[in-house]
Parts: sequence; structure tokens; C-alpha cells
Amino acid sequence: MTSVSTLPNAEALFEDLGRRLYVDAQIDIPPDVRRALREAAARETNRGARGMLTTMLRAVDVADRKQTLVCQDTGIPIFWITIGRGIAVDGAAMLEALRRGVERATEETPLRSSIVSAIRRENRHTSTGDGVPVFHVEFSTAIDYIDIVMMPKGSGSESMSFLKMLLPADGLAGVKKFVLDTAVEAGGRPCPPTIVGVGIGGSSDLCMTLAKKATLRPVGQRHPQSDIAALEVELRDAINSTGIGPMGLGGDTTVLDVHIETAWTHITLNPVAVNMQCWRGERRRARVYADGRVDIGY
Amino acid sequence: MEHRLRAPLSDGDVRRLRVGDAVLLDGTVWGLRDATLIRIFDQGQAPPVDLRGGILLHVAPSVRPSAAAPSGYEPMTVGTTTSTRMERFTRGLLRDYGVRAIIGKGGLLDDSSAAFAEYGGAYLAIVGGAASVETEQVEAIERVYWKDLMPECLWQFRVRAFGPLTVAMDSQGASLYRDVARTARERLAAIYAKMGLRP
Ligand code: SF4
Repeated sequence: MTSVSTLPNAEALFEDLGRRLYVDAQIDIPPDVRRALREAAARETNRGARGMLTTMLRAVDVADRKQTLVCQDTGIPIFWITIGRGIAVDGAAMLEALRRGVERATEETPLRSSIVSAIRRENRHTSTGDGVPVFHVEFSTAIDYIDIVMMPKGSGSESMSFLKMLLPADGLAGVKKFVLDTAVEAGGRPCPPTIVGVGIGGSSDLCMTLAKKATLRPVGQRHPQSDIAALEVELRDAINSTGIGPMGLGGDTTVLDVHIETAWTHITLNPVAVNMQCWRGERRRARVYADGRVDIGY
Repeated sequence: MEHRLRAPLSDGDVRRLRVGDAVLLDGTVWGLRDATLIRIFDQGQAPPVDLRGGILLHVAPSVRPSAAAPSGYEPMTVGTTTSTRMERFTRGLLRDYGVRAIIGKGGLLDDSSAAFAEYGGAYLAIVGGAASVETEQVEAIERVYWKDLMPECLWQFRVRAFGPLTVAMDSQGASLYRDVARTARERLAAIYAKMGLRP
């Protein structure tokens, strides 16, 4: 057994992280997304599309300079938490502290709360509510820290979520067609160029989660398995040759990348899910070590 | 082609625009969204301002009170929302109130395109998600009407070099959205074939 240490000052630490990550994710665009936008602008042959990519890069710069939000949509706050070995943490208290952090960010910054109740559409103006923030909690033996990734997911791209329980007989061909068809159907609505996340396999819930998780991977980082990596490149190039372009107004750049995550599935199932992330690719990460040290990154 | 235009727009200003052109705007732009339009059309209250030659922006900004601002508010974040939800109001805005241009993202549909052709109007697409740039280009919030609808009031913005905007639907009845969707569907067939997929 590894020795386990208890994280000092955990509640204050997580509350502060919840606040910082939710705000910073909306101001500071990850370096891989910036690079991908710059490369796309350099490659783009459509003049109007090039102009739009340049405006996106300018929006990133203005937000840096003025410390303002890049986009007005404060999104639905989602946390992806992975707890490694050797750290004892009161999990329920950690989630509550992160939620309080989001509420404080909303009040103190201030941010527009985008969260309403499902039936009566009431807004508490806290960016939180029943089931929100969305928390995904996992455990890993591969790390010795707690990894927290915050994603304020905007509605334009989140609306472009698709799930299909294909048949085994539809094969990989069915999966490819589904991804291409959804990209064409989405058109300009998710603020392309998007990061397209694809989930293949699992149960319906796991498949959708994989698709969304895939959008978290830094742009340009390929799946470690070579056949899946090849499929990512094939789908990326195929979607980019549709000509949908930035904001759906035509051009070579419809996606910055396609990321795929897979899980094993039932012998009679062949599920595929697509979830899109808009061009701002917002996410912010913290690594919390057992001695209370925190590394902030993307 | 590139155009630098000042509101209000004349008939000639609008009819010169062609899909694919780039536009920068100066002067007054009217911000509104779902609730504002519902009041005008479903509740039958005429807007308290003259919208002839006007340019509308699909937006509900985040603002903060400011004693220095002419309206008492200064913008925190002005970021354009998806236009499709407001499709059914385009015709009335052009026909009844003389609006000439609508700025939004995601585009409008066929009836709007027909209305732009019939009355001489255009849809100007903004780069979605680039609210930081948009906010910088709003010089001031001059006046706010229908404050009870906050934040979906009728906002009078003064803008400078607002854009760049892309003419996505023009007074000739052309629509970039329609063209791009058609091209994508055509190309999809070729992509399927290349990847060895049966349609
Ligand atoms: S789709 Fe994304 S970038 Fe576009 S407006 Fe929504 S949150 Fe912002």
C-alpha cells in the first residue's frame, strides 16, 4: 500500500480553485487551441474564412489584455476530476467546495448565470442548480495527485450533441457516416472551427461521456492507439473537405481536430456519440498534490 | 468587396451589398433579442424609436451601472446570440419598421431571405464567440428602452468600426448559408465514395 496523506486546508483550497478555474477558463484560451487557430489561419485559402479566424485570434488577445471573457456565454460548468493514489480527500466536501467556488465566481466577477431549472426555467443567478455543476469523478493509479479540469460549456456547441445506437452490422462505416453527417447537420451553429469529440462503444451514457471527454484533449494530441489515431485524421480531413468553414460561411477550416475515445461495448451494440466544442476550446486544469501544492495549467 | 457604412442605411447602401462582402459599421446599432421582438409583434407594441434604415443586433448584453455613461449603463460583455430563434420576426421588422440590416450569428432562414429581397435588406454575420472584440467596438450605450425586459431591452449602442461582418444574405435573395449547405451536401457524396462508404 502507498502511504496516504490528508490534504491540508482542503475546503478553502477547492473553493478557491472552483472560482479561479471557472473564471480563467473563460478568459484564457489554451495554448494548443491558439496554435491550432493560428495554423488554420495560415493554411486557409478562403479569404473571408481567413478574416474570421483572424478575428477569433484577436478576440483571444483582447481577452488577455483586458482580462475579459472571450465569449459572452458563461456556459454550463462541468468538472472532470481524477483522484490519484496517496491522497485522502473528503470527496463530498470537495464537490461542495468547488460548487461554492463557481457561485462565488458568478457573484464576485460578476458573471451572467446561464443556469435555469429544467421545467420552470428559474435562474438563481449562481451558475449552479440541481445537478449543476456537472461533476465527473474517476480514480487513477497512474497519478499521485488530484487532477481537475474545468469546462464552461457553451450552449451553441453543446446543442450539437448526437447519439446513435448503431447495429454491429453497421460496422465502422456506420460510425464514420454518422460523424460526417452530424458535422454537416451542425453547419455554422457550434461556432466552427470546432473540436469534434467522438465516443465509440460503451453504454449510451458512457458513449456520450467519452465524446465530451474527447473534446478535452489538447488539440493536435493524437490518440495513443494508432488505428484510432488514423481514424481521427481521416475524419478530420473528411469534415474539412465539406467546405462548411468558420461560422458556416465557407472555407477549409470546419474543425480544428477530431478526437475519439472508445470503450468496450455489448456484443449486440455499436454506439457512437458526437459532442462538439466551439473554437474557443475553453478548459482550465489544476493538479493538486498531497502536500497542498497546486499546479495550474490547461 | 469591403464597405464602411454608417447607420442609418440608405436603400442604396443596402442594395450594393453582396454575399461574401466585408462590412464595418459606425453609428447606431439597436440591440434586441427574443423578448423584445415578442413585445413588438406578439403583444403589438410599436418600438418607441424610429428604426427606418436601422441596423439590429441579436444580443442581450451584460452591463453595469455607470454614472458617466449617457444611458446610465456601460457594457461589460456584448456578445451576439444565435439568430435562428428570431427568424419569424424578420419580415415584420423590414415591412413595418423599415429595418435594413440584421447582425447575428448562425444565419436566418428562407423567409428572411425572401424578405431581404422584397424590402431591400441584408443579414450581416458576425464572428460568434468573439465577444471581447465586439465589446471593445461598442463606444457607448446611448439609451435603453423597455428596461423591464432586462437584459432583453431595446438597446441603443453607438459603435465604431464594428465588425468585420460578412454579408451572408443580401437584397438579391442570395444566402451564403444556403450555398454552403448545398456545397457540403454535394461534397459529402464524393467524400463517402472516397472513404468507401455506401450512402
Ligand atoms: S458556440 Fe461557443 S463560441 Fe459560439 S457563442 Fe456559444 S459558447 Fe460562444
